[in-house]
Amino acid sequence: MQPTLRNEIRFLLNGEEIALADVRPDETLLDYLRLRRSLRGTKEGCAEGDCGACTVLVGRLAGGELVYEGVNACIRFLASLDACHVVTVEHLKGEGGKLHPVQQAMVDFHGSQCGFCTPGFVMSLYALWMREPQPGDAAIEKALQGNLCRCTGYEPIVKAAKAISGYGAAAADPLATERARVTASLAAMKDGARVEIGSGRDRFVVPASADDLAAVLEAEPDSTIVAGSTDVGLWVTKHMRDISPVVFVGHLDELHGVEEKDGVITLSACVTYTEAFGILSNRIPAFRSLIDRIGGEQVRNMGTVGGNIANGSPIGDMPPPLIALGATLTLRKGDARRTIALEDFFIDYGKQDRAPGEFVEAVHVPVPQKDAYYAAWKVTKRRDEDITAALGAFNVVVGADGKVSFARIAYGGMAATPKRAVTVEAALLGQPWTLPTVEAAMAAYASDYAPISDMRASAEYRMLAAKNLLKRFYLETSGAAGRITVSREWAA
Amino acid sequence: MTKHEAIDLKAARIAGGVAANQRHDSAHKHVTGEAVYIDDMPEPAGLLHGCLGLSTVAHGTIRTMDLEAVRAAPGVLAVLTAADLPGENDISPSGRHDEPVLAEGKVQFFGQPVFAVIAETREQARRACGLAKIDYDEAPFITDVWDIDRRKGKLVTPPLTLKRGDAAGAIAKAPHRIKGTMRIGGQDHFYLEGQIALAVPGEDMDVTVYSSTQHPSEIQHMVSHVLGVPSHAVTVEVRRMGGGFGGKETQGNQFAALAAVAAKKLGRAVKIRPDRDDDMTATGKRHDFVVDYEVGFDDEGMILGVDYFYAARCGFSSDLSGPVTDRALFHCDNAYYYPAVHAQSAPLYTNTVSNTAFRGFGGPQGMVGCERVIEEVAFALGKDPLEIRKRNFYGTSERNVTPYHQTVEDNIVHRIVAELEESCDYAGRRRAIDAFNAGSEIVKRGIALTPVKFGISFTATHFNQAGALVHVYTDGSVHLNHGGTEMGQGLYVKVAQVVAEEFQIDLDRVKITATTTGKVPNTSATAASSGSDLNGMAAQNAARAIKQRLIDFAASEHQIPADQVEFLPNRVRVGNQEIAFPDLVKQAYMARVQLSAAGFYKTPKIHWDRDKGSGHPFYYFAYGAACSEVSIDTLTGEYMVERTDILHETGRSLNKAIDIGQIEGGFIQGMGWLTTEELVWDDKGRLRTHAPSTYKIPLASDRPKVFNVALADWAENAESTVHRSKAVGEPPFMLGMSVLSALSDAVASVAGHTVCPRLDAPATPERVLMAVERLKKDAGR
Repeated sequence: MQPTLRNEIRFLLNGEEIALADVRPDETLLDYLRLRRSLRGTKEGCAEGDCGACTVLVGRLAGGELVYEGVNACIRFLASLDACHVVTVEHLKGEGGKLHPVQQAMVDFHGSQCGFCTPGFVMSLYALWMREPQPGDAAIEKALQGNLCRCTGYEPIVKAAKAISGYGAAAADPLATERARVTASLAAMKDGARVEIGSGRDRFVVPASADDLAAVLEAEPDSTIVAGSTDVGLWVTKHMRDISPVVFVGHLDELHGVEEKDGVITLSACVTYTEAFGILSNRIPAFRSLIDRIGGEQVRNMGTVGGNIANGSPIGDMPPPLIALGATLTLRKGDARRTIALEDFFIDYGKQDRAPGEFVEAVHVPVPQKDAYYAAWKVTKRRDEDITAALGAFNVVVGADGKVSFARIAYGGMAATPKRAVTVEAALLGQPWTLPTVEAAMAAYASDYAPISDMRASAEYRMLAAKNLLKRFYLETSGAAGRITVSREWAA
Repeated sequence: MTKHEAIDLKAARIAGGVAANQRHDSAHKHVTGEAVYIDDMPEPAGLLHGCLGLSTVAHGTIRTMDLEAVRAAPGVLAVLTAADLPGENDISPSGRHDEPVLAEGKVQFFGQPVFAVIAETREQARRACGLAKIDYDEAPFITDVWDIDRRKGKLVTPPLTLKRGDAAGAIAKAPHRIKGTMRIGGQDHFYLEGQIALAVPGEDMDVTVYSSTQHPSEIQHMVSHVLGVPSHAVTVEVRRMGGGFGGKETQGNQFAALAAVAAKKLGRAVKIRPDRDDDMTATGKRHDFVVDYEVGFDDEGMILGVDYFYAARCGFSSDLSGPVTDRALFHCDNAYYYPAVHAQSAPLYTNTVSNTAFRGFGGPQGMVGCERVIEEVAFALGKDPLEIRKRNFYGTSERNVTPYHQTVEDNIVHRIVAELEESCDYAGRRRAIDAFNAGSEIVKRGIALTPVKFGISFTATHFNQAGALVHVYTDGSVHLNHGGTEMGQGLYVKVAQVVAEEFQIDLDRVKITATTTGKVPNTSATAASSGSDLNGMAAQNAARAIKQRLIDFAASEHQIPADQVEFLPNRVRVGNQEIAFPDLVKQAYMARVQLSAAGFYKTPKIHWDRDKGSGHPFYYFAYGAACSEVSIDTLTGEYMVERTDILHETGRSLNKAIDIGQIEGGFIQGMGWLTTEELVWDDKGRLRTHAPSTYKIPLASDRPKVFNVALADWAENAESTVHRSKAVGEPPFMLGMSVLSALSDAVASVAGHTVCPRLDAPATPERVLMAVERLKKDAGR
């Protein structure tokens, strides 16, 4: 049944209810704030979601509960904000111009120099403080991975972050005290309608449901599907590509499902990294440090596991670890669904096994068997918020006889697609799990991969680091002496 | 009698005077988003937007240029090419006429501006830019000086030679000799606020340009040249920049000039704000260098003679490459005495964007080359590099003449290093690290303590001047203006503190106002760490002139000797009575005393004869030292800075909070330069690292896990600078060298510290891993 149609998007901007009919599909939230609303506290530093100067909070109802998350306004499309609460730095000052606790702490600890990145830091720290009022170094660093400061060296900002709760209680913050009212407003905006705005090459749809999405895509199979916009956002801001017509999917509750059944975790396509973090890192601990190194907090709040798969990048961070786990992918077209091995989805560079009108619905991730060794590591130039040079994921079972009985190994950054190391796997299978076996298998990499040189790494380095990750994996499973990785953990 | 409820007339000390830990004057506005950067200013009615069309080849001549589709694109009002510039097509700051605003006939780097589009919206301008059809006859090009004969390459500006003694002879006779080469990468400024200019046309020939610039006077001159109008027609103003770091010393010229030309041509205000990618592609960076060195030394590690050849990738024009490469030579000694030295620079032409000023201005590259030599000596002798460093320090009364024949008169490096070595427990940690490494196969640790001695003054003597303008209004409030610009470094608040101190009034009585060429003319760039030294003195000079008039007035009015007039906090003691400052000011006004003054300052003592390579180019030196400890992963080359301790001096600090901020921030920026910040050009001459997705500056999680920063509060400037303070902008940047040296030390551990790792910069994980592999091979492991 065709849902009701609506020709405007509705959202809250700070304290104001907004209904907008004149929205372009590729209009960014940042341009809307700065150009149309003259809210110029939110800055443009890079227009690609890397510097965080444009950080704002977006509140949304997730399963009925209001969640506020920091996002990059520069690559977030305005049209994706239906039934959301956008909070900008202008909303923070209290009565009589009193500074917000986050702001006062930043002032008192000399957390700004040139000040251009500062509103973005304030917003990221605000989000952190609301969910963790007494954060430690690790939590602060994680919260600030998506914010660049070129002046301070971060030390005063971290000190300010630790001090915020001394200036006020997060529970007394307006975003906490007004939860019920905002929740009710947003719930009222979520009216179950399909939003359609514009026509021809200037058109977008916000479908009412997953079924509606399937119908919309069948009708307009050449639509650009936009979930978190952490990639498509750059098509617009950097490449000025025409993406219309656009179908926005990030708001669909049905596509945010996370469940585990019979040892298989199913992540629906629009589950964000942040949403996936809990179950993946609990059930498969290797994901903890891996997901923490994908983008910054803002990107993890926006970017989706399904989007990372569907866009087919050879350097996406989710496919290799999922392929090593033997994950499968469900695609849907109309009412028809098919499920394929995730590795088969990637055909070649820029080419995936997705038909026009079809969309990624969910990925199914088998939890490794109890006796399996599993690890996944990425190698980058800068530790955090950097794009992978090489990423290796390892799933190996060693039998009671000390021999390798199962091996699934996959890499990113080593080929035109995320790709299994089948020759390396073969070199391990049936062999004793020893350093000589591993070293022999390291010689097999040349059969599986011929990486390229680019600005992230040379082919030589990629190959060497990739091989050495297998050695690291062996050392981790065999209990080598001393640390085998550098660590950001602090001594107790 | 006026009431002064807000003013404390009994205070023992003013609020916010010199040495107060006053917060940044705009801190409140920063955190609320109310601080106005140029793109935040209310836009003039009818504002237009510009975008630059960039070349798509690295070198060649323009065969045909078809801009019809650009002109016809929606919203486009004008397309400017070189032929549309009414005055000179040149913005060369060196006077060598080698830098066109828009390419004319030939292009010399990939990304060189060829035309400009002016449209109703920024998006329209950007989209239209992509419609140009330009055909080039491509010519051979050079992007990397590594690929050419560096001793014979084409130069963009004359090289410099420094020599003292017979270096070749000393090296030849030395018991040990080592020769080597080091690559030192460049660095993008990555100011968070990109380049921007907003030009508003006025009557007659006038135009006002709001430019994010460290050098308003130069913008003024360039705009006037390109427009072909006198300087008096051009006013340039900047309240604040969102970061500069040297990247806005000359690089704003292009955007300002084009915005002004378009604004005058169309009679409407024009704003040009390049996208981050265009900004990083089309504006200059820190020079990368290839340093060839040869050193002769004795068994104890005393350097006897050294020879350096500093070859720099300068890009297609001279810009500031002359003084930058000069300063590299000025710092080829860091804190060490060379009995015999020969050092040459080679400012080489390349088909890349013209490199420019960046915090340290060549000094860091000079020092990094020098520290490599120290490491070579240490590893060759199996000694701790710190021992070699200390052995070669400048003396205080002898062994104290630099390669440029200036005597070091204020040397405190011994005390700085000794105190830091003690406080950070260098010796104990060195032992602990050795023990750790013995028991750890994969992760290795390293430590290094490196000193900094940095020369303060513009080496072009005439730049060492400054002006200020101070008005005292009849309510006793003060308007302060000077030629220095605020880029986040806290210059405005420091100078305001100096003025508040002079008048003995609370800091909030001093209004800091935007830098504008209309108030203080003929200023120097806010650069070379000179901001507070120069502008602080100029403002003090202006304040003192007014103060003297007030003293003379009070003395004559109250019939007392002048020495009985004393400025107390917010009041003035005149004989036996105390008069509130505003009241005295009001009385002076009524008596027709001038309450406004222009101040001026020029740095004494300095001189420099470049042809002879001799003189006294620096007024004084600033000192500091840092000790860093790192761990590296010998499987991937990834690393972590475990701890850094810094001891740095800023003389008698004007504001310790601001100075600490400069030290911490400078260190992290220097560390970024030497670790993860890598510029990569491809085989077409295209810069591939032109945005934060590909160019990686440090994050909060890259800073040292333990970070102890202290000011050497016993230090004071031996020269009579403003309140005996010292410059702080650039010197701490070079404290980042301790991280590179610590990484090198960790790498060296895989070969028992007997082989110099020759770790080049930036020491990315890739370079670290490859160095580890090389050393393992060399050591036969």
